[in-house]
Amino acid sequence: MEEKFAHPELRTPENLVYKRTDLLVDCPLSYCPGCGHGVVHRMLMEVLEEKDIASKTIGVNPVGCSVLAYDFMNIDMLGAAHGRAPALATAIKRLWPDRYVFTYQGDGDLAAIGTAETIHACNRGENFTIIFINNGIYGMTGGQMAPTTLPGMRSSTSPYGRDIDIMGHPLKITELIAQLPGTYYVTRQSVQTPAAVRKTKKALRKAFDLQDEKKGISFVEVVSNCNSGWKMTPVQSNTWMEENMFPAYPLGDIKVNGELVK
Amino acid sequence: MGELRLMKGNEAIAEAAIRAGCDGYFGYPITPQSEVMEYLMVERPYETTGMVVLQAESEVAAINMLYGGAGTGKMVLTSSSSPGVSLMQEGISYMAGAELPALIVNIVRGGPGLGTIQPSQADYFQAVKGGGHGDYHMIVYAPASVQEMADFVQIGFDVAFKYRTPVMILSDGAIGQMMEKVYLADPVPRLTEKEVIARCPWASNGRPMSRQHNIITSLDLDPAGQERLNLVLQEKYRKIEESEVMFETIDCEDADYILVAFGLSARICQKAMNLARQKGIKVGLFRPITLFPFPKKEIHELAKRVKGMLVVEMNAGQMIEDVQLAVGCDIPIKHYGRFGGIIPTPDEVVKALEETIIGG
Amino acid sequence: MTEEIIIAGFGGQGVLSMGKILAYSGVMQDQEVSWMPSYGPEMRGGTANVTVIVSDERISSPILNKYDTAIILNQQSMDKFENAVKPGGLLIYDPNGITRHPKRKDISIYSIAAADEAAKIGLSKVFNMMVLGGFLKLKPIVKMENIRKGLEKSLPSRHHKLIPENEKAIVIGQDLIQPVHVL
Repeated sequence: MEEKFAHPELRTPENLVYKRTDLLVDCPLSYCPGCGHGVVHRMLMEVLEEKDIASKTIGVNPVGCSVLAYDFMNIDMLGAAHGRAPALATAIKRLWPDRYVFTYQGDGDLAAIGTAETIHACNRGENFTIIFINNGIYGMTGGQMAPTTLPGMRSSTSPYGRDIDIMGHPLKITELIAQLPGTYYVTRQSVQTPAAVRKTKKALRKAFDLQDEKKGISFVEVVSNCNSGWKMTPVQSNTWMEENMFPAYPLGDIKVNGELVK
Repeated sequence: MGELRLMKGNEAIAEAAIRAGCDGYFGYPITPQSEVMEYLMVERPYETTGMVVLQAESEVAAINMLYGGAGTGKMVLTSSSSPGVSLMQEGISYMAGAELPALIVNIVRGGPGLGTIQPSQADYFQAVKGGGHGDYHMIVYAPASVQEMADFVQIGFDVAFKYRTPVMILSDGAIGQMMEKVYLADPVPRLTEKEVIARCPWASNGRPMSRQHNIITSLDLDPAGQERLNLVLQEKYRKIEESEVMFETIDCEDADYILVAFGLSARICQKAMNLARQKGIKVGLFRPITLFPFPKKEIHELAKRVKGMLVVEMNAGQMIEDVQLAVGCDIPIKHYGRFGGIIPTPDEVVKALEETIIGG
Repeated sequence: MTEEIIIAGFGGQGVLSMGKILAYSGVMQDQEVSWMPSYGPEMRGGTANVTVIVSDERISSPILNKYDTAIILNQQSMDKFENAVKPGGLLIYDPNGITRHPKRKDISIYSIAAADEAAKIGLSKVFNMMVLGGFLKLKPIVKMENIRKGLEKSLPSRHHKLIPENEKAIVIGQDLIQPVHVL
């Protein structure tokens, strides 16, 4: 790689503005180009590096597009069965109370098959972080309808658009869990612009900081695109997300310090 | 000999777990096994040994808590009864695939479906043939007394870690609910975090930068890799079959006929054996203690010396298939079973022996 | 010595705890015991029974269909267990609430009016111990000192102050029990 760099003489410590964290394994990600997962992976690993807690962190990844997240995150990980990550994390945090524990889950995993585990872990006030990637679709299995798919939105199992009379309403799981006394910090962010990425990283940092206080679940939703599943270019998908997903899933803090944000 | 107590089988499981240095129990109430968690909640080991006890929101959550705990190298236990154990099958399959040690107790009740809360042995196939998806086995112990309920907790944890595999104690509602004398082993302390890390270098419990990151998973999208994992598992099961078989024989030396039974049925057969001998019929009892690995060789050898075998089970005929496979010679092998929560009586067993084997 | 006993009555009569104290007493004198309850939703007010075996030898089946002794405390249990007593065996019952009295002539039958007596002297809580006292007068399979130890083991320590009352009930029961002659 070094020799391909046009001006090696410029590559000096004082000129260095970006370096990939070693906590990201040096391999190609399995995500589609344009997908938000890779950005969230990087933010997450940077937070662990900056907090210097990688050796004390245990991650649980889901079934879904991020089923192989353990191959990309250079920390100890467990791959959960579909929807069960909060159950694993519950046991892990209770058995290793001084470890930092997080789950990384998609919308189908967290808000459909794993709804019970999500709600009960949140309601018990477990002291771990849930990172929830919401792109309104099942990406890995080929673009089927998710619990968060918007009304009218097309997917392979709602090919004419989600008809709420037949298929029910999108589930605002984040607003729902924010009502529970066991959640302490609940926020919704995105990663489609550098500014949004910075905010997401800040939220992730706060979520891990809060694990020290042992006051309950810290929950970070990231509304993301799925350009493949949505059948769009990455740019189109980000525009579509801003115009359609954000009104339904408005960004910002929902619960801070155990208090709902008005 | 340890401390003598009069306890229910379910309570013995719980107390033995505390004494074995168990790190965590995760369960969900279901009759007839709820005394396991009730006992733990009364004893509060989290205040003494530091053992975690948690009532999960479902058996599905409980088995996945077990998966999480086992994946970090901790000694973890769950218990349930038949419908709940059915819900756990996916998680057990994942644990077998990810090669995780854990102990699962099934206090069997009659099925299928919601069935009954009375004792049964109808989950034999589910326990010994896999139960969930994929090619795997658990090591399965079948206690026949409250003493064995306690003993198999420590033994179960030992083999679970020795082979990195889920282990099941397959008992039933009667043994779970009954009280008998039990000698409890002296308590051993829970392993320290350092000791856990040393015992389980494969576990995901926080990566020191001196080693590569550990990954707990049963997934390998590459078929060649998945086949390799399956070969590793099959090799492990062959080793288990070579080394871990347990069984008991009573009065088989001079026997013309053998009763083959496990767990509670074996207790009933012991009484039936005595009744038959009073009538002058020379009967012995063969009791498999491990159901997987099954004592194939021993049954095969025994079959050469006897005129017939009656397999007695509280089901419609499950272990008999393993007995038939093991015997492999031409003697009559019949089944006598009651199901739906009915327990066969010793008289019935003698009658079945007379009618189906001796007179048959 | 092996004694196979069924104790049967309503839930709430102390059927299970009577069996438990008997089993504990057996443990205290180094015998083998088993205590196998009926279990299920049939709790207070429903029928409850427990099989207790006390033996000098390893106990084979903890579940039986014939008993050396049946202790019967309600009509449903009489209907169910009168014929389960082995020939030559013992049947003890409290006549309170019994409408069809036992009829067998090949077993020994005793009655013990413990419910009435317990109500009369205000010791209803230890009604079951009176019945146990009656049984032990006929079959002293466990010693009084071991009953006391059994009580200490089976009662939580906050209830140990009730032990003298329990012991008194056992003595009362020994006087109450009467043979019944089936005509």
